[in-house]
Amino acid sequence: MKILVCISSVPDTTSKINFTADKSAFDKNGIQWVINPLDEFALTKAIKLQESQGATVTVLNVGDATTEPVIRKALAIGANDAVRVNLDPKDSYSTAKEIASVAQNGGYDLVLCGKESIDYNGGSVPGMVAQLLSQPFVNASVGLDINGNEATAVREIEGGKETISVKLPAVFAGQKGLVDEKDLIIPNMRGIMSARTKPLQVVEPTSSEVKVQGVSYDSVPPRAAVKMVSPDNLDELVRLLHEEAKVI
Amino acid sequence: MAVFVYAENINGVYKKAAFEAVSYAKAVADQAGETVTAISVNPTDSSDLLYKYGATNVINIKDEGLKNFSAKAYAQAVSEVLDGNTIVFPHTTDASSVAPMLAVMKNFSLITNVLEAPESQSPFQVKRRAFSGKGFMHAKAEGSGVIVTVSQNAFGVKENAVSGSEEVKNLSVANEDTKVISHEQSSGKLDLKEAEVVVSAGRGMKGPENWGMVEDLANVLGAATACSKPVSDIGWRPHTEHVGQTGKAISPNLYIAIGISGAIQHLAGVNSSKTIVVINSDAEAPFFKSADYGVVGDAFQILPALTEKIKAIKG
Ligand SMILES: Cc1cc2nc3c(=O)[nH]c(=O)nc-3n(C[C@H](O)[C@H](O)[C@H](O)COP(=O)(O)OP(=O)(O)OC[C@H]3O[C@@H](n4cnc5c(N)ncnc54)[C@H](O)[C@@H]3O)c2cc1C
Repeated sequence: MKILVCISSVPDTTSKINFTADKSAFDKNGIQWVINPLDEFALTKAIKLQESQGATVTVLNVGDATTEPVIRKALAIGANDAVRVNLDPKDSYSTAKEIASVAQNGGYDLVLCGKESIDYNGGSVPGMVAQLLSQPFVNASVGLDINGNEATAVREIEGGKETISVKLPAVFAGQKGLVDEKDLIIPNMRGIMSARTKPLQVVEPTSSEVKVQGVSYDSVPPRAAVKMVSPDNLDELVRLLHEEAKVI
Repeated sequence: MAVFVYAENINGVYKKAAFEAVSYAKAVADQAGETVTAISVNPTDSSDLLYKYGATNVINIKDEGLKNFSAKAYAQAVSEVLDGNTIVFPHTTDASSVAPMLAVMKNFSLITNVLEAPESQSPFQVKRRAFSGKGFMHAKAEGSGVIVTVSQNAFGVKENAVSGSEEVKNLSVANEDTKVISHEQSSGKLDLKEAEVVVSAGRGMKGPENWGMVEDLANVLGAATACSKPVSDIGWRPHTEHVGQTGKAISPNLYIAIGISGAIQHLAGVNSSKTIVVINSDAEAPFFKSADYGVVGDAFQILPALTEKIKAIKG
C-alpha cells in the first residue's frame, strides 16, 4: 500500500501574526515554521499503517526551499521519502493541482491531509484534490482502518459521528481524534539522523493558475479594556450582560 | 442570473446555518439586483422556511441515492441543478466538504470562511477569517464563477420574507464509492458551532466530576458547552467540545470561559466571540486581556451563585 501525506508548513501556534506595512502580505519575519498540527494527525496515522500493514509513506509539500526543515521533520517522524513541489503556494486551487498531479503519477492508494491549515484556514485543498483525482473524499476523519482495497472511516458530523466504508483509492482529511494526541510521534535522535539521508525529491510545478488572490490583510482590532467585577457582586455581572452587552 | 445557495438540512430538517446562508445570499443578490435560488437535498421541512429569509425559488432535489451523505455525490447533484455563477454554502462540516469538489467540477473560485457581505461583486471580493482568527484576509476571486462558504454566526440570520415557489428535481446520482455503516447523533444537544451562548471550562475545573455546575450554568442560559484542549486530551470531555486553533473555531454572542488560562491557541478559536466573560482564580491569567468582563475568584463558588442569579432574571 502506498500512502501520500500532504503537509503544510505553517507558523508555530504561539506566533504573533503580523502583516507587512502596506498590509498586502503576511509578515514572515521571525516566524518559526512547523508542520500544520492537523497534518500531524494524518502523518502519525500513516506511520501507524506503515507499521501495521507495511505501507510506504511519502510526504508531499508544495512550497519553496524554506520549507525543507519541516519536510525533514516529517521524515524524522518516520515517512519513507518526500516530494517537494517547488512553488510558493498562492491559493488552495494551485496547491491542490500540484498535489493531484504528484498523486496521479505516483499511484497512491490513500491520500491523507489535515482538514485545514492553521494559517489561511482554507479547508479546501483536500476536497479539491479528491475531485481532481475523481476519488471519494472523507472530511473531518476521526478514525480510519484499512482492509485490502477498502477503508472504514469515521467522520465527525455536527453533534455526532458516522462510520462509512470507502473504496480505495480515496482522499481523507484528518483532525484531532484520527490518532490519539499522546500517540503523536516526537522524532528521536535516530529518526533525525536517518531523515538526513532519506530521499527528498524536488519537482517543478505543472501550472500556475490561481483562482483566489489575497488582496490585503488586517489584524484583529483590540478589545476595549476588560471590566472587572467583584466575585461578591455577581448581580453587577448579570446586569452588565443584560443591559450593557445585551447578551442574556 | 440568480444567486444560488445550498440550504443544508440534517435528516430533512433545515439547520440554522442554512438560514444564515440564505440571509447571506439575499444580501449578495440585493447588491446585484438579483433573486435567490436555494438548493436542498431531500428536505422534509417546508420551503416556507427559506422564503422567510429571502429565497424566491427553492429547488428540492429528490434522490433516494442521496439518503446518505457523500461529498462527491452531493457535489455532483448540486452541479446538475446549479444554473448561475455564484453559490453560497454554510461553513458546516458537510457543506465545506461539498464546496471544494463543486468548485473543481465547475471551475469556480472558492472563498471559505467569509464573514461579511462582499466588498465588490465584479471582481468578487470579500473579507474572510484567516490565521485561526488572528487576522483577516480580503480575498478576490479570479474568473467569473464563485463559491463562498459563510462562517457560522458571523453574518447572522436576517429575516427578509419574500413569496417563493418550489420546484422538485428528481435525480439519480451514482453514489457507489462510499457506504454508511452506522450513524450516531446525540439528540437534544445544542450544536456548538451554531450556539449563540457557549459556556466553556478548562483545567481549572479540576476533574470531570465537577462539570455538573458548568452544565447547570449552560442550561439556564440555553448554551452549548465547550472546553480547552487539555480537558479533552485527558478525556474529561469529548473532543468534539474542544475549541481553539486545533479544535473548533466558534463565534457565539456570549462566551463564558471558566478556569481557562487563555493561551494563544485557545484564543485563536474563540476570540471572534462578540462578548467574552472570564472567570479565573488567577488575576494574572492572560485571558483577562482578551475579555470584556472578568471575575477573579474561585469557579467552585462563583458558578452556582451565578447560575442562581441568571435563573432569577430569566425566570
Ligand atoms: C500545537 C498546539 C495546539 C493547541 N491547540 C489548542 C486549542 O485548540 N485549544 C486549546 O484550548 N488549547 C490548545 N493548545 C493548548 C494551549 O496552549 C493551553 O495549554 C491550553 O489552552 C490550556 O488549557 P487550560 O486553560 O484549560 O489549562 P491551564 O493552562 O492548566 O489553566 C487552567 C486555568 O484555570 C485557572 N483555575 C484553576 N483553579 C481555578 C478555580 N478554582 N477557579 C477558577 N479558575 C481556576 C488557573 O488559574 C488557570 O488559568 C494547543 C497547544 C499546542 C502546542
